[in-house]
Amino acid sequence: MKLDVRLPIGLMFALFGAILAGYGLAAGDAISDRSLGINVNLWWGVVLLAFGLAMLALAIRAARSGGGGASAR
Amino acid sequence: MQQIHLGPIDYALLILYFVFVLGIGWVLRRFVRSSDDFFLSGRSIPAWIAGLAFISANLGAQEVIGMAASGAKYGIMTSHFYWVGAIPAMVFVGIFMMPFYYGSRARSVPEYLKLRFDEKTRGFNAITFAVMTVFSSGISMYALAKLLELVLGWNFHASVVLSAAVVLIYIFLGGLTSAIYNEVLQFFLIVLGFLPLVLLGLKDVGGWDGLVAKLQPVATNAGFAPGAWSDSWQHMTSPTSNPMGVEWFGMVMGLGFVLSFGYWCTDFLVVQRAMAADSMTAARRTPLIAALPKMLFPGLVILPGMIAIALHGTGGGLLPIGADGTPNYNLAVPVMLAHYFPSGMLGLGLTALMASFMSGMAGNVTAFNTVWTYDIYQSYVRPGQSDRHYLWMGHMATVFGIGASVAAAYAATRFNNIMDMLQLVFAFVNAPLFATFLLGMFWRRATGHGAFFGLLLGTAAAAIHHGLALPQTAVPGLKGAFLGAVLHTYPSEMAQNFWTAIYAWTTCFVATIVISLLTRRKKSDDELRGLVYALTPRLKDGDLPWYRQPAALGVVVLGLTLVLNLIFW
Repeated sequence: MKLDVRLPIGLMFALFGAILAGYGLAAGDAISDRSLGINVNLWWGVVLLAFGLAMLALAIRAARSGGGGASAR
Repeated sequence: MQQIHLGPIDYALLILYFVFVLGIGWVLRRFVRSSDDFFLSGRSIPAWIAGLAFISANLGAQEVIGMAASGAKYGIMTSHFYWVGAIPAMVFVGIFMMPFYYGSRARSVPEYLKLRFDEKTRGFNAITFAVMTVFSSGISMYALAKLLELVLGWNFHASVVLSAAVVLIYIFLGGLTSAIYNEVLQFFLIVLGFLPLVLLGLKDVGGWDGLVAKLQPVATNAGFAPGAWSDSWQHMTSPTSNPMGVEWFGMVMGLGFVLSFGYWCTDFLVVQRAMAADSMTAARRTPLIAALPKMLFPGLVILPGMIAIALHGTGGGLLPIGADGTPNYNLAVPVMLAHYFPSGMLGLGLTALMASFMSGMAGNVTAFNTVWTYDIYQSYVRPGQSDRHYLWMGHMATVFGIGASVAAAYAATRFNNIMDMLQLVFAFVNAPLFATFLLGMFWRRATGHGAFFGLLLGTAAAAIHHGLALPQTAVPGLKGAFLGAVLHTYPSEMAQNFWTAIYAWTTCFVATIVISLLTRRKKSDDELRGLVYALTPRLKDGDLPWYRQPAALGVVVLGLTLVLNLIFW
């Protein structure tokens, strides 16, 4: 079986999300004036993190149920 | 415009992205054992992956930049390039044409032409296609590097070398599978990178209703009805009442039928993704799955341009003004990124732009190395070698294909006119193509001579029509009338292009029929089995659940597209 494409995608977005959310927390609302007062790094970071983790969960579930890999639908 | 300053976190995201695309290539390298693995992923890709790659390979940086620019320049009418100029053709290729592409076991689109017609038709298609892919990836590389230079102050040479090297490495290592896997990753990155931009922009202008209100002065200032930027169909009765300068018939026939079907149904760049699918139904579902996100893309790539022009009109010159006094529409996306994204998100947006560029380029490169190796090298240069040899040639073709693209990018910096001329010639060659495939697949009497000379005559018709017509404000030359006379004046360049395509297609269609009837059929019914509709057993999908049946999926896709058209009528 080849690599399950959801694995790298999930991993990358989880990392992107964690970095952005962390940066959003650290920088606070100080740099949010461009983005209409919304701490977009924090919120979109959380969205990306959730997406990444969901992809990872799907990939792991497919691998556990045997076969898995690229044969997942 | 003021240059965008990137912080360390932005570079961190960009580098992380590079690590992942290269890592995917590295992991996949051990699955490349035969030329079939390298060029067609061993026909093992599940439908949803092939579908997302199908759409991603088409979504180059030029589309992201260009569609936003069009959204600013013409408003929501730009969505015709999706709802009219893409979806119907994608449904058609999935349901009606894929059975022949996939079922014939042809390894490329030109090879299908060889099986169906003859060697010269294949040769013509393969050689023009190979040259075109190299140039178009070179031209988009040039455009990207220029943009990065202008917006970020990056060095032009560094941008060209870096982006080319990354794409080269991951395709060299993992072949088509690597390109496809990365295209799926790039698809999600493009969506998740531009979506927050659209959301912030919409919130800023007061939602869709606020945007419509802000676009009214833009339209009336340009001398059109107030809704010209926010209604997709209402102003198309006459070319003078909409900013595109196109009437509905020219748009539906030229763009919706000839150009769109010519691209989606015959261009190996997209068809290759479906050919790599793991089964016939997966191959047929590939373009249909791709059509679902495709129909929503106007919201992702056109809206930013519309928001930019709305803010430009009311907020005091958001877009920089070019030398000719009009706003520089091509900067709509970078300006919007800089306007709404703080450091961090800026890195994400930029990575998404980079991803769109790479997905488009990888599409070109994988299509090129396959057509070069199978249809040119194996057919004319060195036939009868071992599979190992052709696998090696595929790797080499990847290297020199990218090398040639880089050369084309540099040529574009110096010889802008030659590049424009080449693109014009490519447009002439592409315009009649769909007539050849349509007749080839659905009329068994069509002959090789008919196909070949029909194509040549169609191409000539395109050149002659273009050479005798001129858009209203243009001067004779590349824009038209190079044959010395102006027999017809079009209200816009776009209208002229659509009609050039209509003439080319019709000429090719009629000429192919006439010449076929005058020449002898060389292929027997037996040889055409699986290549022509009447001689191919019908596929039965009845035992699949409805949502996996291509025909049912196609109806759903068309229905949803109709609804979108009605909402934004």
